[in-house]
Amino acid sequence: MDGLEKLIDLMPQFLSDTGKTFYIVGLSMIFGGIGGLIIGTTLYVTRSGGVLANRAVQAIAGFVVNFFRPIPFLIFIAVAQPLARAIVGTGIGDEAAIVAISVAASFGIGRIVEQNLVSVDPGVIEAARAMGAGPWRIIRTVILPEAFGPLILGYTFATIAVIDMSAVAGFIGSGGLGNFAIVYGYRQYNDWATWAAVLIIVIIVSIVQALGNAWSRKVMRR
Amino acid sequence: MTAHISIREVSKTYPPAKRGGSAVEAVRSVSVDVAKGEILGVVGYSGAGKSTLVRLINALEPVSSGYIEIDGVDITSLKSRQQREMRRGIGMIFQRFNLLRSRTVAGNVSYALEVAGTPKAQRAARVKELLDFVGLGDKADNHPEQLSGGQQQRVGIARALAAEPGILLADEATSALDPETTDEVLSLLQRVNRELGITIVLITHEMEVIAKIADRVVVMERGGIVEAGETYDVFTNPQSPVTKRFVATVVRALPSGDDLARLREAHGGRFFTIEFSDDSASEARVFRALNREGAEFQLIHGGIDDIRGRIYGRLLIAVHGDDDAIARAFAAVAKTIRITEVE
Ligand SMILES: Nc1ncnc2c1ncn2[C@@H]1O[C@H](COP(=O)(O)OP(=O)(O)OP(=O)(O)O)[C@@H](O)[C@H]1O
Ligand SMILES: [Mg+2]
Repeated sequence: MDGLEKLIDLMPQFLSDTGKTFYIVGLSMIFGGIGGLIIGTTLYVTRSGGVLANRAVQAIAGFVVNFFRPIPFLIFIAVAQPLARAIVGTGIGDEAAIVAISVAASFGIGRIVEQNLVSVDPGVIEAARAMGAGPWRIIRTVILPEAFGPLILGYTFATIAVIDMSAVAGFIGSGGLGNFAIVYGYRQYNDWATWAAVLIIVIIVSIVQALGNAWSRKVMRR
Repeated sequence: MTAHISIREVSKTYPPAKRGGSAVEAVRSVSVDVAKGEILGVVGYSGAGKSTLVRLINALEPVSSGYIEIDGVDITSLKSRQQREMRRGIGMIFQRFNLLRSRTVAGNVSYALEVAGTPKAQRAARVKELLDFVGLGDKADNHPEQLSGGQQQRVGIARALAAEPGILLADEATSALDPETTDEVLSLLQRVNRELGITIVLITHEMEVIAKIADRVVVMERGGIVEAGETYDVFTNPQSPVTKRFVATVVRALPSGDDLARLREAHGGRFFTIEFSDDSASEARVFRALNREGAEFQLIHGGIDDIRGRIYGRLLIAVHGDDDAIARAFAAVAKTIRITEVE
Protein backbone atom coordinates (compact mmCIF):
# COMPACT_ATOMS: atom_id res chain seq x y z
CA MET A 1 0.00 0.00 0.00
CA ASP A 2 1.61 3.25 -0.98
CA GLY A 3 1.61 6.54 0.96
CA LEU A 4 -1.07 8.23 -1.07
CA GLU A 5 -3.61 5.48 -0.56
CA LYS A 6 -2.78 5.43 3.12
CA LEU A 7 -3.31 9.19 3.27
CA ILE A 8 -6.71 8.75 1.65
CA ASP A 9 -7.58 6.20 4.30
CA LEU A 10 -6.42 8.70 6.92
CA MET A 11 -8.68 11.45 5.60
CA PRO A 12 -11.16 11.36 8.50
CA GLN A 13 -8.25 11.63 10.94
CA PHE A 14 -6.68 14.38 8.85
CA LEU A 15 -9.87 16.40 8.84
CA SER A 16 -10.42 15.97 12.54
CA ASP A 17 -6.82 17.05 13.23
CA THR A 18 -7.30 20.09 11.03
CA GLY A 19 -10.35 20.93 13.08
CA LYS A 20 -8.36 20.41 16.25
CA THR A 21 -5.70 22.84 15.07
CA PHE A 22 -8.43 25.43 14.60
CA TYR A 23 -9.76 24.65 18.07
CA ILE A 24 -6.36 24.92 19.77
CA VAL A 25 -5.24 27.98 17.83
CA GLY A 26 -8.62 29.67 18.25
CA LEU A 27 -8.85 29.25 22.01
CA SER A 28 -5.16 30.03 22.51
CA MET A 29 -5.53 33.22 20.53
CA ILE A 30 -8.54 34.25 22.58
CA PHE A 31 -6.80 33.70 25.91
CA GLY A 32 -3.31 34.68 24.75
CA GLY A 33 -4.71 37.60 22.80
CA ILE A 34 -6.51 39.01 25.81
CA GLY A 35 -3.55 38.27 28.09
CA GLY A 36 -1.18 39.89 25.63
CA LEU A 37 -3.40 42.93 25.28
CA ILE A 38 -3.43 43.39 29.04
CA ILE A 39 0.31 42.82 29.40
CA GLY A 40 1.22 45.03 26.45
CA THR A 41 -1.09 47.85 27.51
CA THR A 42 0.28 47.65 31.04
CA LEU A 43 3.84 47.85 29.76
CA TYR A 44 2.93 50.87 27.66
CA VAL A 45 0.80 52.96 30.00
CA THR A 46 3.07 52.50 33.01
CA ARG A 47 6.12 53.87 31.18
CA SER A 48 7.36 57.19 32.49
CA GLY A 49 5.20 59.85 30.90
CA GLY A 50 2.45 57.29 30.27
CA VAL A 51 -1.16 57.90 31.30
CA LEU A 52 -0.74 55.54 34.26
CA ALA A 53 3.00 55.98 34.79
CA ASN A 54 4.11 53.63 37.56
CA ARG A 55 7.72 52.65 37.88
CA ALA A 56 7.14 49.63 40.13
CA VAL A 57 4.46 48.03 37.95
CA GLN A 58 6.51 48.77 34.85
CA ALA A 59 9.60 47.11 36.34
CA ILE A 60 7.73 44.01 37.52
CA ALA A 61 5.81 43.53 34.29
CA GLY A 62 8.95 44.06 32.26
CA PHE A 63 10.87 41.55 34.34
CA VAL A 64 8.21 38.84 34.10
CA VAL A 65 7.94 39.22 30.32
CA ASN A 66 11.68 39.26 29.83
CA PHE A 67 12.03 36.19 32.03
CA PHE A 68 9.52 33.95 30.26
CA ARG A 69 9.61 35.16 26.71
CA PRO A 70 13.05 33.86 25.67
CA ILE A 71 12.27 30.30 26.86
CA PRO A 72 12.05 28.07 23.76
CA PHE A 73 8.47 26.90 23.40
CA LEU A 74 9.36 23.20 23.56
CA ILE A 75 10.88 23.79 27.00
CA PHE A 76 8.14 26.21 27.98
CA ILE A 77 5.60 23.41 27.53
CA ALA A 78 7.35 21.54 30.31
CA VAL A 79 7.60 24.66 32.46
CA ALA A 80 3.87 25.26 32.03
CA GLN A 81 2.81 21.71 32.85
CA PRO A 82 2.18 22.33 36.56
CA LEU A 83 0.06 25.33 35.59
CA ALA A 84 -1.88 23.23 33.07
CA ARG A 85 -2.51 20.62 35.73
CA ALA A 86 -3.79 23.28 38.09
CA ILE A 87 -6.09 24.82 35.50
CA VAL A 88 -7.35 21.93 33.34
CA GLY A 89 -6.43 19.01 35.58
CA THR A 90 -3.92 17.40 33.22
CA GLY A 91 -0.47 18.13 31.89
CA ILE A 92 -0.99 16.51 28.50
CA GLY A 93 -3.48 16.69 25.66
CA ASP A 94 -5.27 19.47 23.81
CA GLU A 95 -6.34 21.49 26.85
CA ALA A 96 -2.87 21.42 28.41
CA ALA A 97 -1.50 22.61 25.09
CA ILE A 98 -3.99 25.48 25.07
CA VAL A 99 -2.83 26.54 28.54
CA ALA A 100 0.85 26.45 27.56
CA ILE A 101 0.29 28.22 24.25
CA SER A 102 -1.97 30.87 25.80
CA VAL A 103 0.59 31.77 28.43
CA ALA A 104 3.53 31.77 26.03
CA ALA A 105 1.53 33.77 23.50
CA SER A 106 0.52 36.31 26.18
CA PHE A 107 4.14 37.28 26.72
CA GLY A 108 4.97 37.39 23.04
CA ILE A 109 1.81 39.31 22.15
CA GLY A 110 2.42 41.61 25.12
CA ARG A 111 5.61 42.88 23.56
CA ILE A 112 4.00 43.16 20.14
CA VAL A 113 1.12 45.17 21.58
CA GLU A 114 3.52 47.42 23.49
CA GLN A 115 5.44 48.15 20.30
CA ASN A 116 2.24 48.92 18.41
CA LEU A 117 1.04 51.30 21.12
CA VAL A 118 4.32 53.20 21.14
CA SER A 119 3.46 54.30 17.62
CA VAL A 120 0.41 56.23 18.86
CA ASP A 121 0.97 59.98 18.52
CA PRO A 122 1.50 61.37 22.05
CA GLY A 123 -0.11 64.60 20.87
CA VAL A 124 -3.45 62.85 20.50
CA ILE A 125 -3.22 61.57 24.05
CA GLU A 126 -2.36 65.05 25.22
CA ALA A 127 -5.40 66.41 23.39
CA ALA A 128 -7.64 63.88 25.14
CA ARG A 129 -6.12 64.78 28.51
CA ALA A 130 -6.72 68.45 27.74
CA MET A 131 -10.39 67.66 27.10
CA GLY A 132 -10.63 66.17 30.56
CA ALA A 133 -10.49 62.47 29.69
CA GLY A 134 -9.19 60.17 32.42
CA PRO A 135 -6.53 57.48 31.92
CA TRP A 136 -8.92 54.54 31.53
CA ARG A 137 -11.02 56.36 29.01
CA ILE A 138 -7.90 57.35 27.11
CA ILE A 139 -6.74 53.74 26.95
CA ARG A 140 -10.15 52.58 25.75
CA THR A 141 -11.05 55.38 23.35
CA VAL A 142 -7.74 56.80 22.18
CA ILE A 143 -4.74 54.51 22.59
CA LEU A 144 -6.27 51.21 21.48
CA PRO A 145 -8.40 52.59 18.61
CA GLU A 146 -5.53 54.71 17.30
CA ALA A 147 -3.26 51.67 17.25
CA PHE A 148 -5.91 49.36 15.80
CA GLY A 149 -4.37 49.01 12.34
CA PRO A 150 -0.89 48.05 13.55
CA LEU A 151 -2.48 45.84 16.22
CA ILE A 152 -4.26 43.81 13.53
CA LEU A 153 -0.93 43.18 11.86
CA GLY A 154 0.63 42.30 15.21
CA TYR A 155 -2.14 39.82 15.97
CA THR A 156 -1.85 38.35 12.49
CA PHE A 157 1.81 37.74 13.15
CA ALA A 158 0.96 36.26 16.56
CA THR A 159 -1.69 33.95 15.09
CA ILE A 160 0.88 32.48 12.75
CA ALA A 161 3.32 32.02 15.63
CA VAL A 162 0.55 30.26 17.57
CA ILE A 163 -0.17 27.92 14.64
CA ASP A 164 3.51 27.07 14.81
CA MET A 165 3.30 26.48 18.57
CA SER A 166 0.24 24.27 18.16
CA ALA A 167 2.24 22.01 15.85
CA VAL A 168 5.05 21.77 18.41
CA ALA A 169 2.47 20.95 21.08
CA GLY A 170 1.99 17.63 19.33
CA PHE A 171 4.84 16.52 21.56
CA ILE A 172 2.69 16.62 24.67
CA GLY A 173 0.07 14.61 22.90
CA SER A 174 -2.20 17.37 21.82
CA GLY A 175 -3.96 16.69 18.56
CA GLY A 176 -3.84 18.85 15.51
CA LEU A 177 -1.86 18.95 12.30
CA GLY A 178 1.49 18.88 14.06
CA ASN A 179 0.56 15.66 15.78
CA PHE A 180 -0.78 14.23 12.51
CA ALA A 181 2.52 14.96 10.78
CA ILE A 182 4.49 13.36 13.58
CA VAL A 183 2.37 10.26 14.08
CA TYR A 184 1.37 9.41 10.51
CA GLY A 185 4.13 11.08 8.52
CA TYR A 186 7.36 11.11 10.46
CA ARG A 187 6.97 7.90 12.46
CA GLN A 188 5.49 5.86 9.59
CA TYR A 189 7.80 7.24 6.91
CA ASN A 190 4.83 8.54 4.95
CA ASP A 191 5.90 11.73 3.15
CA TRP A 192 2.40 12.10 1.74
CA ALA A 193 0.99 12.54 5.21
CA THR A 194 3.74 14.97 6.24
CA TRP A 195 3.31 17.09 3.14
CA ALA A 196 -0.46 17.08 3.42
CA ALA A 197 -0.11 18.56 6.91
CA VAL A 198 2.48 21.07 5.68
CA LEU A 199 0.29 22.08 2.77
CA ILE A 200 -2.79 22.72 4.86
CA ILE A 201 -0.74 24.72 7.39
CA VAL A 202 0.72 26.83 4.59
CA ILE A 203 -2.77 27.43 3.25
CA ILE A 204 -4.12 28.43 6.68
CA VAL A 205 -1.16 30.74 7.31
CA SER A 206 -1.55 32.38 3.91
CA ILE A 207 -5.24 32.97 4.44
CA VAL A 208 -4.66 34.41 7.91
CA GLN A 209 -1.94 36.71 6.59
CA ALA A 210 -4.06 37.86 3.65
CA LEU A 211 -7.05 38.57 5.88
CA GLY A 212 -4.89 40.42 8.39
CA ASN A 213 -3.28 42.53 5.68
CA ALA A 214 -6.59 43.39 4.07
CA TRP A 215 -8.27 44.26 7.34
CA SER A 216 -5.43 46.42 8.61
CA ARG A 217 -5.25 48.21 5.27
CA LYS A 218 -8.93 48.96 5.51
CA VAL A 219 -8.61 50.27 9.05
CA MET A 220 -5.56 52.38 8.26
CA ARG A 221 -7.16 53.58 5.02
CA ARG A 222 -4.15 53.01 2.81
CA MET B 1 -12.33 92.82 40.06
CA THR B 2 -10.42 89.58 39.97
CA ALA B 3 -8.79 88.41 36.76
CA HIS B 4 -10.19 85.52 34.78
CA ILE B 5 -6.86 83.72 34.88
CA SER B 6 -4.40 84.80 37.50
CA ILE B 7 -0.91 83.36 37.34
CA ARG B 8 1.12 84.10 40.44
CA GLU B 9 4.85 83.54 40.87
CA VAL B 10 4.60 80.29 38.99
CA SER B 11 7.69 78.19 38.37
CA LYS B 12 8.12 74.85 36.71
CA THR B 13 11.28 72.82 37.01
CA TYR B 14 11.72 69.55 35.18
CA PRO B 15 13.97 67.03 36.90
CA PRO B 16 17.20 66.17 35.07
CA ALA B 17 16.64 63.84 32.13
CA LYS B 18 19.51 61.61 33.18
CA ARG B 19 21.30 61.14 36.44
CA GLY B 20 23.94 63.81 36.94
CA GLY B 21 22.23 66.10 34.40
CA SER B 22 20.89 69.44 35.44
CA ALA B 23 17.25 70.28 36.11
CA VAL B 24 15.49 72.48 33.55
CA GLU B 25 13.78 75.59 34.86
CA ALA B 26 11.24 75.83 32.05
CA VAL B 27 9.17 78.57 33.71
CA ARG B 28 10.61 80.96 36.30
CA SER B 29 8.39 82.87 38.67
CA VAL B 30 5.92 84.08 36.11
CA SER B 31 3.06 86.35 37.14
CA VAL B 32 0.45 87.48 34.68
CA ASP B 33 -3.28 88.18 34.68
CA VAL B 34 -5.63 87.48 31.83
CA ALA B 35 -8.87 89.42 31.75
CA LYS B 36 -12.15 87.85 30.73
CA GLY B 37 -12.72 88.05 26.98
CA GLU B 38 -9.25 89.20 26.03
CA ILE B 39 -6.72 87.64 23.69
CA LEU B 40 -3.37 87.38 25.38
CA GLY B 41 -0.43 86.65 23.11
CA VAL B 42 2.63 84.91 24.51
CA VAL B 43 5.67 85.22 22.31
CA GLY B 44 9.19 83.89 22.71
CA TYR B 45 11.87 81.92 20.96
CA SER B 46 12.02 78.14 21.00
CA GLY B 47 12.62 76.82 24.49
CA ALA B 48 11.46 80.01 26.19
CA GLY B 49 8.90 78.05 28.18
CA LYS B 50 5.72 79.07 26.35
CA SER B 51 4.28 75.57 25.95
CA THR B 52 5.14 74.73 29.50
CA LEU B 53 3.36 77.84 30.76
CA VAL B 54 0.21 77.09 28.81
CA ARG B 55 0.22 73.46 29.99
CA LEU B 56 0.32 74.69 33.56
CA ILE B 57 -2.87 76.68 32.99
CA ASN B 58 -4.93 73.55 32.35
CA ALA B 59 -2.85 71.52 34.79
CA LEU B 60 -1.52 69.11 32.18
CA GLU B 61 1.64 69.60 34.20
CA PRO B 62 1.72 70.40 37.91
CA VAL B 63 3.43 73.65 38.92
CA SER B 64 6.63 73.43 40.96
CA SER B 65 5.75 76.55 42.92
CA GLY B 66 3.32 79.44 42.83
CA TYR B 67 -0.34 79.13 41.99
CA ILE B 68 -2.84 79.73 39.22
CA GLU B 69 -6.40 80.86 39.79
CA ILE B 70 -9.17 80.56 37.28
CA ASP B 71 -12.25 82.53 38.25
CA GLY B 72 -10.86 82.68 41.75
CA VAL B 73 -10.31 78.93 42.08
CA ASP B 74 -6.77 77.75 42.70
CA ILE B 75 -6.38 75.02 40.11
CA THR B 76 -2.97 73.87 41.31
CA SER B 77 -4.45 72.30 44.41
CA LEU B 78 -7.27 70.36 42.72
CA LYS B 79 -7.53 66.58 42.95
CA SER B 80 -7.09 64.78 39.65
CA ARG B 81 -10.82 64.23 39.31
CA GLN B 82 -11.57 67.93 39.81
CA GLN B 83 -8.74 68.78 37.45
CA ARG B 84 -10.41 66.77 34.71
CA GLU B 85 -13.65 68.57 35.43
CA MET B 86 -11.83 71.91 35.23
CA ARG B 87 -10.19 71.03 31.90
CA ARG B 88 -13.60 70.60 30.32
CA GLY B 89 -14.00 74.33 30.74
CA ILE B 90 -10.74 75.02 28.89
CA GLY B 91 -10.36 74.21 25.21
CA MET B 92 -6.95 73.60 23.72
CA ILE B 93 -5.61 73.56 20.17
CA PHE B 94 -2.21 72.43 18.98
CA GLN B 95 0.43 73.07 16.37
CA ARG B 96 0.02 69.61 14.88
CA PHE B 97 -3.76 69.58 15.38
CA ASN B 98 -3.70 66.24 17.24
CA LEU B 99 -6.88 64.86 15.74
CA LEU B 100 -7.85 61.24 16.23
CA ARG B 101 -6.99 59.36 13.05
CA SER B 102 -9.34 56.59 14.07
CA ARG B 103 -12.37 58.88 13.80
CA THR B 104 -14.03 61.05 11.20
CA VAL B 105 -14.18 64.83 11.49
CA ALA B 106 -17.60 64.55 13.15
CA GLY B 107 -16.28 61.76 15.36
CA ASN B 108 -13.44 63.96 16.55
CA VAL B 109 -15.77 66.75 17.58
CA SER B 110 -18.17 64.25 19.10
CA TYR B 111 -15.33 62.82 21.17
CA ALA B 112 -15.03 66.04 23.15
CA LEU B 113 -18.77 65.87 23.82
CA GLU B 114 -18.50 62.26 25.00
CA VAL B 115 -15.75 63.25 27.41
CA ALA B 116 -17.80 66.20 28.61
CA GLY B 117 -20.73 63.86 29.28
CA THR B 118 -23.15 65.30 26.71
CA PRO B 119 -26.02 62.83 26.26
CA LYS B 120 -25.80 60.87 23.05
CA ALA B 121 -29.08 62.21 21.73
CA GLN B 122 -27.79 65.79 21.76
CA ARG B 123 -24.36 65.15 20.28
CA ALA B 124 -25.15 64.96 16.57
CA ALA B 125 -26.92 68.31 16.52
CA ARG B 126 -24.17 69.99 18.51
CA VAL B 127 -21.48 68.50 16.24
CA LYS B 128 -23.26 69.89 13.21
CA GLU B 129 -23.60 73.30 14.83
CA LEU B 130 -19.88 73.37 15.67
CA LEU B 131 -18.77 72.21 12.22
CA ASP B 132 -20.98 74.84 10.63
CA PHE B 133 -19.46 77.47 12.90
CA VAL B 134 -15.95 76.63 11.66
CA GLY B 135 -17.17 76.30 8.08
CA LEU B 136 -16.69 72.56 7.70
CA GLY B 137 -20.28 71.36 7.65
CA ASP B 138 -19.62 69.43 4.44
CA LYS B 139 -16.58 67.58 5.78
CA ALA B 140 -18.28 65.77 8.66
CA ASP B 141 -17.70 62.29 7.24
CA ASN B 142 -14.16 62.85 6.03
CA HIS B 143 -11.16 61.54 7.87
CA PRO B 144 -8.57 64.01 9.18
CA GLU B 145 -5.87 63.07 6.66
CA GLN B 146 -8.23 64.02 3.82
CA LEU B 147 -8.23 67.62 5.05
CA SER B 148 -5.74 70.43 4.53
CA GLY B 149 -3.80 71.74 7.50
CA GLY B 150 -6.06 74.75 7.86
CA GLN B 151 -9.16 72.56 7.76
CA GLN B 152 -7.67 70.20 10.33
CA GLN B 153 -6.98 73.12 12.62
CA ARG B 154 -10.58 74.27 12.22
CA VAL B 155 -11.70 70.80 13.30
CA GLY B 156 -9.36 71.22 16.26
CA ILE B 157 -11.07 74.50 17.08
CA ALA B 158 -14.55 72.97 16.74
CA ARG B 159 -13.47 70.19 19.05
CA ALA B 160 -12.00 72.63 21.55
CA LEU B 161 -15.25 74.60 21.59
CA ALA B 162 -17.47 71.56 21.98
CA ALA B 163 -17.81 71.68 25.74
CA GLU B 164 -18.50 75.45 25.69
CA PRO B 165 -15.28 76.48 27.39
CA GLY B 166 -14.63 79.93 28.80
CA ILE B 167 -10.97 79.76 27.86
CA LEU B 168 -9.14 78.61 24.76
CA LEU B 169 -5.43 77.79 24.86
CA ALA B 170 -3.71 77.86 21.50
CA ASP B 171 -0.18 76.46 21.38
CA GLU B 172 1.43 77.49 18.08
CA ALA B 173 -1.92 76.93 16.41
CA THR B 174 -0.84 78.49 13.14
CA SER B 175 2.84 77.58 13.07
CA ALA B 176 2.33 74.64 10.72
CA LEU B 177 0.24 76.68 8.29
CA ASP B 178 1.06 78.88 5.30
CA PRO B 179 0.44 82.65 5.63
CA GLU B 180 -2.94 82.62 3.93
CA THR B 181 -4.27 79.71 5.96
CA THR B 182 -2.82 81.34 9.07
CA ASP B 183 -4.99 84.38 8.37
CA GLU B 184 -8.08 82.22 8.01
CA VAL B 185 -7.45 80.47 11.29
CA LEU B 186 -6.67 83.75 13.04
CA SER B 187 -9.92 85.30 11.82
CA LEU B 188 -11.74 82.25 13.11
CA LEU B 189 -10.07 82.67 16.49
CA GLN B 190 -11.08 86.29 16.47
CA ARG B 191 -14.68 85.25 15.86
CA VAL B 192 -14.42 82.75 18.69
CA ASN B 193 -13.26 85.57 20.90
CA ARG B 194 -15.80 88.18 19.79
CA GLU B 195 -18.91 86.12 19.14
CA LEU B 196 -18.54 83.61 21.93
CA GLY B 197 -16.68 85.84 24.38
CA ILE B 198 -14.02 83.21 24.94
CA THR B 199 -10.75 84.28 26.55
CA ILE B 200 -7.80 83.18 24.43
CA VAL B 201 -4.22 82.57 25.46
CA LEU B 202 -2.29 82.33 22.25
CA ILE B 203 1.28 81.14 22.06
CA THR B 204 3.41 81.85 19.06
CA HIS B 205 6.87 82.67 17.86
CA GLU B 206 5.45 84.72 15.00
CA MET B 207 5.04 88.38 15.78
CA GLU B 208 2.62 88.84 12.86
CA VAL B 209 0.16 86.63 14.71
CA ILE B 210 0.39 88.85 17.75
CA ALA B 211 0.02 91.96 15.59
CA LYS B 212 -3.15 90.58 14.07
CA ILE B 213 -5.17 89.44 17.04
CA ALA B 214 -3.59 89.84 20.46
CA ASP B 215 -4.98 92.53 22.75
CA ARG B 216 -2.01 92.22 25.03
CA VAL B 217 1.30 90.51 24.66
CA VAL B 218 3.75 88.89 27.02
CA VAL B 219 7.32 88.28 25.86
CA MET B 220 9.12 85.30 27.36
CA GLU B 221 12.78 84.48 27.48
CA ARG B 222 14.48 81.66 29.36
CA GLY B 223 11.34 80.87 31.33
CA GLY B 224 10.66 84.38 32.52
CA ILE B 225 8.56 87.29 31.32
CA VAL B 226 10.78 90.06 30.00
CA GLU B 227 8.07 92.40 28.79
CA ALA B 228 4.31 92.73 28.89
CA GLY B 229 1.83 95.29 27.72
CA GLU B 230 -0.84 96.34 25.26
CA THR B 231 0.08 94.97 21.87
CA TYR B 232 0.17 98.40 20.26
CA ASP B 233 2.43 99.83 22.96
CA VAL B 234 4.83 96.92 22.82
CA PHE B 235 5.09 97.22 19.05
CA THR B 236 5.58 100.96 19.00
CA ASN B 237 7.82 101.17 22.01
CA PRO B 238 9.62 97.87 22.70
CA GLN B 239 11.98 97.90 25.64
CA SER B 240 13.98 94.69 25.94
CA PRO B 241 16.40 93.41 23.28
CA VAL B 242 14.30 90.27 22.64
CA THR B 243 11.16 92.30 22.18
CA LYS B 244 12.97 94.63 19.80
CA ARG B 245 14.08 91.66 17.74
CA PHE B 246 10.55 90.30 17.62
CA VAL B 247 9.07 93.67 16.75
CA ALA B 248 11.64 94.11 13.98
CA THR B 249 10.18 91.05 12.23
CA VAL B 250 7.00 93.05 11.63
CA VAL B 251 7.96 96.70 11.86
CA ARG B 252 10.98 97.17 9.61
CA ALA B 253 13.97 98.20 11.65
CA LEU B 254 15.45 101.58 10.81
CA PRO B 255 18.85 101.57 9.19
CA SER B 256 21.73 101.85 11.59
CA GLY B 257 25.51 101.63 11.67
CA ASP B 258 27.17 101.38 8.26
CA ASP B 259 23.87 101.47 6.40
CA LEU B 260 22.90 104.68 8.11
CA ALA B 261 26.32 106.22 7.45
CA ARG B 262 26.08 105.34 3.78
CA LEU B 263 22.60 106.85 3.53
CA ARG B 264 23.76 110.05 5.20
CA GLU B 265 26.56 110.37 2.72
CA ALA B 266 24.24 109.78 -0.20
CA HIS B 267 21.49 112.14 0.91
CA GLY B 268 23.08 114.73 3.14
CA GLY B 269 20.96 116.95 5.37
CA ARG B 270 19.53 116.12 8.80
CA PHE B 271 17.86 112.76 9.44
CA PHE B 272 14.62 112.45 11.33
CA THR B 273 12.26 109.60 12.16
CA ILE B 274 8.57 110.32 12.02
CA GLU B 275 6.25 108.05 13.97
CA PHE B 276 2.53 108.32 13.73
CA SER B 277 -0.49 106.29 14.70
CA ASP B 278 -4.09 106.32 13.64
CA ASP B 279 -4.93 109.15 16.05
CA SER B 280 -2.91 111.52 13.93
CA ALA B 281 -3.96 112.46 10.44
CA SER B 282 -1.04 111.15 8.49
CA GLU B 283 2.51 111.64 7.41
CA ALA B 284 1.13 114.01 4.78
CA ARG B 285 0.76 116.69 7.44
CA VAL B 286 4.46 116.56 8.16
CA PHE B 287 5.30 116.81 4.49
CA ARG B 288 2.92 119.74 4.06
CA ALA B 289 4.41 121.56 7.05
CA LEU B 290 7.93 121.12 5.69
CA ASN B 291 6.81 122.39 2.29
CA ARG B 292 5.17 125.40 3.85
CA GLU B 293 8.39 126.33 5.61
CA GLY B 294 10.37 125.85 2.42
CA ALA B 295 12.39 122.87 3.67
CA GLU B 296 13.23 120.10 1.24
CA PHE B 297 13.00 116.47 2.26
CA GLN B 298 13.53 112.99 0.89
CA LEU B 299 11.83 109.86 2.09
CA ILE B 300 14.58 107.36 2.80
CA HIS B 301 13.05 104.41 4.51
CA GLY B 302 9.96 103.27 6.28
CA GLY B 303 6.59 101.69 6.21
CA ILE B 304 3.16 101.60 7.66
CA ASP B 305 1.91 98.65 9.67
CA ASP B 306 -1.41 97.47 10.86
CA ILE B 307 -1.17 96.46 14.49
CA ARG B 308 -4.33 95.13 16.04
CA GLY B 309 -6.31 97.17 13.50
CA ARG B 310 -4.46 100.38 14.35
CA ILE B 311 -2.01 102.11 12.09
CA TYR B 312 1.59 102.50 13.03
CA GLY B 313 3.91 104.28 10.65
CA ARG B 314 7.56 105.02 10.95
CA LEU B 315 9.52 106.88 8.33
CA LEU B 316 13.07 108.04 8.01
CA ILE B 317 13.51 111.32 6.13
CA ALA B 318 16.45 113.47 5.20
CA VAL B 319 15.66 117.18 5.49
CA HIS B 320 17.58 120.01 3.86
CA GLY B 321 16.94 123.55 4.89
CA ASP B 322 17.18 126.23 7.45
CA ASP B 323 17.21 124.86 11.04
CA ASP B 324 14.61 127.39 12.18
CA ALA B 325 12.29 126.51 9.34
CA ILE B 326 12.58 122.81 10.18
CA ALA B 327 11.91 123.50 13.84
CA ARG B 328 8.83 125.56 12.94
CA ALA B 329 7.49 122.90 10.64
CA PHE B 330 7.84 120.16 13.22
CA ALA B 331 6.43 122.27 16.03
CA ALA B 332 3.25 122.62 14.02
CA VAL B 333 2.61 118.86 14.00
CA ALA B 334 4.37 117.81 17.20
CA LYS B 335 1.13 117.24 19.11
CA THR B 336 0.16 114.09 17.29
CA ILE B 337 3.29 112.99 15.50
CA ARG B 338 6.48 112.00 17.19
CA ILE B 339 9.57 113.30 15.46
CA THR B 340 13.05 112.41 16.59
CA GLU B 341 16.33 113.43 15.09
CA VAL B 342 18.58 110.51 14.27
CA GLU B 343 22.04 111.11 15.68
N1 LIG C 1 8.52 67.19 29.78
C1 LIG C 1 9.69 67.84 29.85
N2 LIG C 1 10.74 67.32 30.52
C2 LIG C 1 11.91 67.97 30.60
N3 LIG C 1 12.14 69.18 30.08
C3 LIG C 1 11.15 69.77 29.40
C4 LIG C 1 9.87 69.14 29.25
N4 LIG C 1 9.08 69.95 28.53
C5 LIG C 1 9.82 71.04 28.24
N5 LIG C 1 11.05 70.93 28.76
C6 LIG C 1 12.13 71.95 28.66
O1 LIG C 1 11.62 73.17 29.14
C7 LIG C 1 12.08 74.25 28.34
C8 LIG C 1 10.90 75.03 27.80
O2 LIG C 1 10.20 74.22 26.88
P1 LIG C 1 8.85 74.66 26.18
O3 LIG C 1 8.39 73.52 25.37
O4 LIG C 1 7.93 75.21 27.19
O5 LIG C 1 9.37 75.83 25.24
P2 LIG C 1 8.57 76.61 24.11
O6 LIG C 1 8.74 78.05 24.41
O7 LIG C 1 7.20 76.10 23.99
O8 LIG C 1 9.42 76.25 22.83
P3 LIG C 1 8.93 75.93 21.33
O9 LIG C 1 8.74 77.27 20.67
O10 LIG C 1 10.09 75.20 20.76
O11 LIG C 1 7.69 75.12 21.40
C9 LIG C 1 12.96 73.64 27.27
O12 LIG C 1 14.29 73.76 27.67
C10 LIG C 1 12.54 72.20 27.24
O13 LIG C 1 13.61 71.39 26.86
MG1 LIG D 1 6.16 75.03 22.44
